[in-house]
Amino acid sequence: MGFQSPALEYGALAPMLIIFGAAIIGVIVEAFAAARLRAPIQLAISLGAVVLSLSQVWRLRGSATTTAAVNSVVIDGPVLFMQGTILILSLFAFFLIADIDAFAAQASAVPGSNEEAKALQSGKIQTEVYPLTLFAVGGMMLFPAANDLITLFVALEVLSLPLYLMAGLSRRRRLLSQEAALKYFLLGAYSSAFFLFGAAFLYGFAGDVSLAGIRSAVSGGPGNDVFLIIGMVSLSVGLLFKVGAAPFHAWTPDVYQGAPTPITAFMAAATKVAAFGAMLRIFYVSLGGAVYSWKPIFTAVAILTMVVGSVIAIAQRDIKRMLAYSSIAHAGFLLTGVIALNQEGLKASLFYLASYGIATIGAFAIVTLVRDSSGEVGDLNRWVGLAKRSPAMALIFSLFLLSFAGIPLTAGFIGKFTIFTAAYESGNIAVVVAGVLSSAVAAFFYIRVIVMIFFTDPEEDTVTVTIPSLYTNLTIWIAAIATLALGIFPAPFLDFIATFATFTR
Amino acid sequence: MNLLTSMGLLPLIGAGLIALLPVSNAKLIKQGALLVSVLVAALGITMTIGFDRGVTGFQYVERYSWIPSLGISYQLGIDGISLILILLSVLLVPIVILAGWNESEGGRFSVKTFYVLILVLETMMIGVFAATDLFLFYVFFEAMLVPVYFLIGGYGSGARQAAAVKFLLYSLFGGLLMLASIIGIFVISGNQIGRTFDITALSTLEIDTTTQNFLFLGFFIAFAIKAPLWPLHTWLPDAAKSATPGTSVLLLGVLDKVGTFGMIRYCVELFPEASRTFTPLIITLAVISILYGAFLAIGQKDIKSLIAFTSISHFGFITLGIFAMTTQSNSGATLYMFNHGISTAALFLTAGWMISRRGSSTIADFGGLQRVTPILAWSFFIAGLSSLALPGLSSFVSEFLVLVGTYTRYPVAAVIATFGIILAALYILIPVQKALHGPTTAGNENLPDLNKREIAAIAPVIALIIALGFYPKPALEIINPAAQVTITKAGYSDPQPLVGGDK
Repeated sequence: MGFQSPALEYGALAPMLIIFGAAIIGVIVEAFAAARLRAPIQLAISLGAVVLSLSQVWRLRGSATTTAAVNSVVIDGPVLFMQGTILILSLFAFFLIADIDAFAAQASAVPGSNEEAKALQSGKIQTEVYPLTLFAVGGMMLFPAANDLITLFVALEVLSLPLYLMAGLSRRRRLLSQEAALKYFLLGAYSSAFFLFGAAFLYGFAGDVSLAGIRSAVSGGPGNDVFLIIGMVSLSVGLLFKVGAAPFHAWTPDVYQGAPTPITAFMAAATKVAAFGAMLRIFYVSLGGAVYSWKPIFTAVAILTMVVGSVIAIAQRDIKRMLAYSSIAHAGFLLTGVIALNQEGLKASLFYLASYGIATIGAFAIVTLVRDSSGEVGDLNRWVGLAKRSPAMALIFSLFLLSFAGIPLTAGFIGKFTIFTAAYESGNIAVVVAGVLSSAVAAFFYIRVIVMIFFTDPEEDTVTVTIPSLYTNLTIWIAAIATLALGIFPAPFLDFIATFATFTR
Repeated sequence: MNLLTSMGLLPLIGAGLIALLPVSNAKLIKQGALLVSVLVAALGITMTIGFDRGVTGFQYVERYSWIPSLGISYQLGIDGISLILILLSVLLVPIVILAGWNESEGGRFSVKTFYVLILVLETMMIGVFAATDLFLFYVFFEAMLVPVYFLIGGYGSGARQAAAVKFLLYSLFGGLLMLASIIGIFVISGNQIGRTFDITALSTLEIDTTTQNFLFLGFFIAFAIKAPLWPLHTWLPDAAKSATPGTSVLLLGVLDKVGTFGMIRYCVELFPEASRTFTPLIITLAVISILYGAFLAIGQKDIKSLIAFTSISHFGFITLGIFAMTTQSNSGATLYMFNHGISTAALFLTAGWMISRRGSSTIADFGGLQRVTPILAWSFFIAGLSSLALPGLSSFVSEFLVLVGTYTRYPVAAVIATFGIILAALYILIPVQKALHGPTTAGNENLPDLNKREIAAIAPVIALIIALGFYPKPALEIINPAAQVTITKAGYSDPQPLVGGDK
């Protein structure tokens, strides 16, 4: 019996293959290109790969659902939409990364050592962040597309490992950055273990690692098998960790604060899309039959996440930590879309992910601009009176905050409205009430920042709003326009999403 | 283009044009803003003349699909109640601009920003009353917070930022509760008649009692915060005290009316059964508001806080009239909204002039103004008399209608509320006596009287107060049919007055 080579549907996999290929080329460039040319070459490769991949996603849109690579990957509507979203978000993330000033010249040098000083002096900056980001993007694209638990785990690791490294690349306050990276890595590894544990139990329950196999086992059985429940719970722990849901959220503020801001933006926006994408697929496709077993737990987690995120954010004194807690609260809102388990929930989640992601990138882009002589200023007390220094940036930042708070005429409001509607339709009124109440709490700290920016006089301080580079400027303005446009006239985008929002079971 | 949309767009376009003017030319900016607002007011008057009084239901209707997949449309229309309130808004804006010619200066932001915010706010005010799509209403309801927030926080006095934040948080909290209810009724509409936000369609839904009660509460709390009703009123005195007089006029005169307007249009008409369930509670709260506001007003030393507390008392009357559910009380409540708007405007504007001349808002700092500044003093006096509902001035008609209408169904509440009138005499006449009469307080001898611009601003208001006091028929003709529709929708019919004694 000869070896049958597996048929890989290259066409369907093209978006991911392009990204992974570019990542490998990036590694080679890093090794061989001249120091002076590395940064521009890397940027060109990365942007080119993202755009090329995006064009492939566009090409695949509307084509019939296919599975690829021996059923381990499925390309259906939601996957294509999420891949597109991830690519667009990473395009903007690359724009921010292009400001290479945020990254350590030589990440391997010990902070404070002669070696570090020499690397800084020489002006030669290592640019491994580009290929690392590309690998992460590839993993993120694979994550929601994975059709069995093994691929899912591989994708999880492919997206996580580069992120652990990238969190430690900050040029300034390197110890904080490295601490964040280590924390993220240890907790992440721990959660991966949970994930594998859960996957093993689900395999034990279903006798199959494919999502379809688990689905038929779940719908055939009573739905309260011990193996199933242990499997579900552990798998969920791994996923909830990635989205930063309480009580698995502890890493979020530290990592968001410590990581270089462009990476934080990338993590906050794109990782959420990928992780929620995978979560939506698993629960909609495989575990929908056991909804009564996981819904109560997930409802509790969603409510806890909203409350923890909103309440603790009030006490934050650092803009990045505040945005981290805000992202936790948003993870809670997004979980209501998972719990809703109906098509409305899926559509709403897709809209929410896209609109939240774009506003997040924009907000962090502005964070990168507020600096003093020693780098970015995160301390909120030093953000006072920013409107005097840069009215335009202050207004746009407020727009993003209002969108996070869900004020009408911003994209955040439409997202919140649709996702709560889906939850209400599924009969989960408790989540809706908890959601609006924690939105009210959340509004408080968003508004407090706006007050600081607009209504407090700046003290004698060296904080400035630097003139944004072309790329950063582009990111900020596009994000602002998108946030406003999706808030005022969301109909075309909602209809566009509706054409994608069916999972293939 | 339909009249309502053009009227709503005009201030927005005006704001856009003003934004293009140079910051340094403050005078041009002010004149531009005044011109725009006068044009809008003219459109408003045209609309009132063209309004068909014999017709019940919405007029000037227009409808465009906005977000079809969610059943949301851009849908406007007015009945008598919304017409009166839109008219009030568009009349007050030019008066506020003219009266507070200089209050935009010395703020945190530029003069230009002030007028842009005012005009944007005017668009929102027209929209919030004209919307006949629940979602559109909510958008205006929330979005109008933003300009008001910047107007209070940017141009007020004292602890203006804290007051602005308090205002915003209270309103947002209420708004979000309402959002939960809106989602609820939206989902129910999806199950019964297909997703829609059209309020006429929504009022036909059959909602079970428990759900209806909860949905009602979501709306009612939002509106009770806005109105404001005791015990949700605590943001108002701070906001009114810190805002500029002009902003306060718009805040108390128009924005708070969104609360009472919402009670009629949304609470009563969408949830008639729940309205009946909660009526005893709401009537009690309304009566408490009337007395509480009045008592606290008597004790105020600051003239702006005093006006704020009198408003809480007046909003008690309006709420009482709405939930007494008779045609008389309901018409009275709507007319009261209009009258309260103009008499509060008169009070706040005259008080504002007094404050800016004296540099203090403490009542005790004034005295004997009657001799020094007779026109100012008379204006304040007439505004005060209107506020205490003196017969012959406009507020009397509406207050009388509310009380009479309430008496036929809730005699006890009506009788207790009547004490509010006596207290009103106290809270108005005490400051009138202290500030206007008696010996002239040292330092006030040389205060200038009203100039021509200020007279031009206050004269139409006082004329309106007197005119509607003697001849309220034009306003009532507009309001009555709409009030009757509301009562019918709520499932009530007017109780027959009992003549003679059957005992």
